[in-house]
Amino acid sequence: MAKTVNVWIDGVHLEVPDSMTIIEAADKQGINIPRLCYHPDLPPTANCGVCVVEITGNPVPKRACCTPVAEGMKITTNTNKLRAYRKTLVEMILSNHEVVCPTCAANNKCELQSLANNLGVDPDALPSILQKKKVDDSSFSIIRDVNKCIACGRCVTVCNEVQTVYALTFSDRGIDAHIDTAFGLGMANSPCVNCGQCTVYCPTGALREKSEIDAVWEAILDPDKHVIVQEAPAIRVSLAEEFGMELGTVTAKKMYAALRKIGFDSIMDTNFTADLTIMEEGTECVAKLKSGSKRPLITSCSPGWIKFMETYYPDLADCVSTAKSPMSMFGALSKTYYAQEQKIDPAKIVSVAIMPCTAKKFEARRPELKDSGFQDTDYVLTTREFIRMIKEAGIDFKHVKEEEADAGMSFYTGAGTIFGATGGVMEAAIRSAYTLVTGQELEAIDIQAVRGLEGVKEATIPVPGFGDLKVAVAHGLSNARIVMDKIREGLATKGESPWHFVEIMACPGGCVGGGGQPYGNNMAMRARRGQGLYQEDKNLPIRKSHHNPEVKRIYERFIGEPNSPLAHKLLHTHYFKRSVSNGQVVEEVTHKHH
Amino acid sequence: MYKEICGKYAPTKDNLIYILHEIQDTHPQHYISEEAVQVISDYLKIPSNHIYGVLTFYSMYSTKPRGKNIIRLCESPPCYIKGSDNILRKLKNALNIKVGETTQDGLFTLELAACLGVCGNAPVMMINDDVYGDLTEEKVDEIITKIRGGK
Ligand code: SF4
Ligand code: SF4
Ligand code: SF4
Ligand code: FES
Repeated sequence: MAKTVNVWIDGVHLEVPDSMTIIEAADKQGINIPRLCYHPDLPPTANCGVCVVEITGNPVPKRACCTPVAEGMKITTNTNKLRAYRKTLVEMILSNHEVVCPTCAANNKCELQSLANNLGVDPDALPSILQKKKVDDSSFSIIRDVNKCIACGRCVTVCNEVQTVYALTFSDRGIDAHIDTAFGLGMANSPCVNCGQCTVYCPTGALREKSEIDAVWEAILDPDKHVIVQEAPAIRVSLAEEFGMELGTVTAKKMYAALRKIGFDSIMDTNFTADLTIMEEGTECVAKLKSGSKRPLITSCSPGWIKFMETYYPDLADCVSTAKSPMSMFGALSKTYYAQEQKIDPAKIVSVAIMPCTAKKFEARRPELKDSGFQDTDYVLTTREFIRMIKEAGIDFKHVKEEEADAGMSFYTGAGTIFGATGGVMEAAIRSAYTLVTGQELEAIDIQAVRGLEGVKEATIPVPGFGDLKVAVAHGLSNARIVMDKIREGLATKGESPWHFVEIMACPGGCVGGGGQPYGNNMAMRARRGQGLYQEDKNLPIRKSHHNPEVKRIYERFIGEPNSPLAHKLLHTHYFKRSVSNGQVVEEVTHKHH
Repeated sequence: MYKEICGKYAPTKDNLIYILHEIQDTHPQHYISEEAVQVISDYLKIPSNHIYGVLTFYSMYSTKPRGKNIIRLCESPPCYIKGSDNILRKLKNALNIKVGETTQDGLFTLELAACLGVCGNAPVMMINDDVYGDLTEEKVDEIITKIRGGK
C-alpha cells in the first residue's frame, strides 16, 4: 500500500498517495491549476512555469506539475502574485509566437489560446520578438511550424519515450533552444514514422497534419471525377465529441449522411476491407500454423508500425503479414473491382480515405502501392480534416438525418468495426481463424484478454486440432519494442517465437488514439471511443468476418479465394529495410508473390 | 576513420563527449558530420537525434564544416571596452563573412567566444591554438595576410 498524506489545496483538505504531484492531487479534486506543458498522460517536462503555486513556509513559488505532495502541505493556487506571474509568462510566450488564431489548425483546441484567454492576456502586451523560421513541410504526413512552438517538450517526450522513434530532439540552448530533427534535415529525412502522436499531444498548432482538404474539394467539384470514399472504423466513434454529443457515440449513419452532403459520389466503408483483411491475414496465419513454422505472424494494418518495423526490425520483416492494410486493399479494389462492377473508367476514379491516422498519408504515397495500375489511394484525410470539411460545408452534424452507405464495399461485421481499438484485429482474426482451422464456429467470441489499455496483452486460445494458440497484442511503439525484442530473442536462443500470432498498432489505444484524431484527447478519451466500437460490435447482427455477405460476394465474383493469385496481386505487399538515421529505403527485404 | 576513433573508447554512453571531441579535432574541417553521428550512434547505441541534441547544446561543437583556421574573437566586457567591436567589424570586412560563417576558400571561420582568460591583453582573439592580443585593425590585417600567404 502506498502511503497517504494530508494536504490542503486552497483550503480543501485532501488525503492522497504520497507518490502524487501537487497537480495530480489538484486534478483529482477538480481544482484546475493553470498549466501549459504538463499533460496527464506524460511525465512532466516542467518547462513552462505556468503551474506555479505557493506553499506555506516556502519563500518561492513551486511548479505544481513536478513537486510531490508532502504531509501537512498547505497550497495556494490563486493569488494576485501568482496570477501576475502567470500572465507575464504567457505574454512572453506570445511575444515570440506567430499569433494567427483564426486561421490556425489548433484554433479553439489550442491550450495556449485558452490559457491566454482564461488569464485575460493581451497578445500585444509585449512587442513581438518573433524571428520567423522556415516551416518543416518535408513530410507527407506532418507539418512542423516552429513559429507556433512554445518549446514545452511534449513532442520530444512522446516521440522518444512513448514511441521510441527518436525523430525529434531539443536543439541548441538558451533562447535559441528549439525542437528539431537531427541536423535540421526535416521530418522526411528522419526516422519519423508519421504516427502523429506528437500532433495529438502538442498543446498548440505547431504540429499538425499536412492537409489535403483543398485537393479533395477540387476532386468533388470536378464533374469528370468519380470520388469514392472510405472511412476507418475509429472515425465513427470520434465525431460525436466534436459536435456536442456524448464521447464515443457510434455515428456511422450520420457520418454517411454528412459525406453525401459534402458531395462524395460513392460512400463505402473501410470496415468492409477490414473484414476482407481478416480473410486474407487469417488464411495466411492458418497456413503458417499448419506449416509448423516457428516464426510468428504479425499484423500489418498500422502504417506507423510498418515503417517502424522497416527501420528497427527489418530482420523480422518476413514475420509480418503480407496483407495490405484495409485502407490500401480498399484503394486497389476501388479502381479494379468497383470500377468493373460500376462500369466506370478507373482513370476517373478518385479514391479518398478518411483515417484517424497521419501515417496513412505516407502509406498512400508508397510507390509500391499501385497494383490497380494507378496510385491505389489518392487522398487521405484525418478525422480532424474531415471535421473541418463538415464545418466548412455548414452541416449540422448532430441533427443530420441518418443515411445508409452505398452497397458493394460497405457492409461490415462486428469483427471489422473493432479493428479500430487495440486488440481488435487480434479478436477479429481469432473469430475467423478458429473456423478456418477447425471448420467449427467459435462460440465465446468476446475475447476479453486482448481488450483494454494494458501495453502488452497476452492470451492463449485452445484450438481443437491445433493445440494452444498463443497470441500477444501491443499498442504504442515502446510496447511494440518489448514484444519484438522478445520475438528476436526467442528466435535467436530457442529458434522459436513465444507467440504464434501478434497484433501491433503504432498508437497508444489503437486507431481510436490515432495521430489524426481530434486534438485535446488523452488515454481516458481513447478508452471511451474504444468502448463505443465494442458496443457497436455487440449490437451488429453479424460479428465474424467470414459471414460478411459482401466479402463472400467479392470472392465469388472477383478474387476467387483468399490468397489467390489475384488476391496476392491486389491485396498483398512487401517490405523494405530503412536507414535508422534518415528513414530512407536501403533495400527490399521481402518480395511480392507473383 | 570514425570507426577507428570510436574503437579507442569503450562503447559506453559516458564516452560520447570524448569521442565527439576527438572526431572534431582530427577532422580537417573541425566539425562533426551526419556520417560521423551515424557511426557513433551505431557504436554507442545512442539514437542520432540524442547525439545531435548534445552536439548543439555545447557551443564547442560544430555541425557545419569549418575553415582551416578558426578565429575566435573574445566578446566579453573587458575586450568590448577595449574596442573588440571595431576588431569584429574589421574581421568581417577583411574576410567578407559574418560570424559563424566560413570563407569560400575554406581558410577561415569566424566565431565569437566567451572570455579567453587573457584580459590583460584585450582585445584578444585566438586562431586555432594561438592567442593574439592587443589587437588593432592594422594588426588584424597583418595576421590575416600572413596566414593567407602561408596557406
Ligand atoms: S497555436 Fe494557438 S495561440 Fe498560436 S496561433 Fe494557433 S491557436 Fe493561436
Ligand atoms: S509523427 Fe510520431 S514518429 Fe514522427 S515525430 Fe511525431 S511522434 Fe515522432
Ligand atoms: S512542437 Fe508542440 S509539443 Fe513540441 S515543443 Fe513545440 S509546442 Fe510543445
Ligand atoms: S505545467 Fe508545470 S512547468 Fe509547465
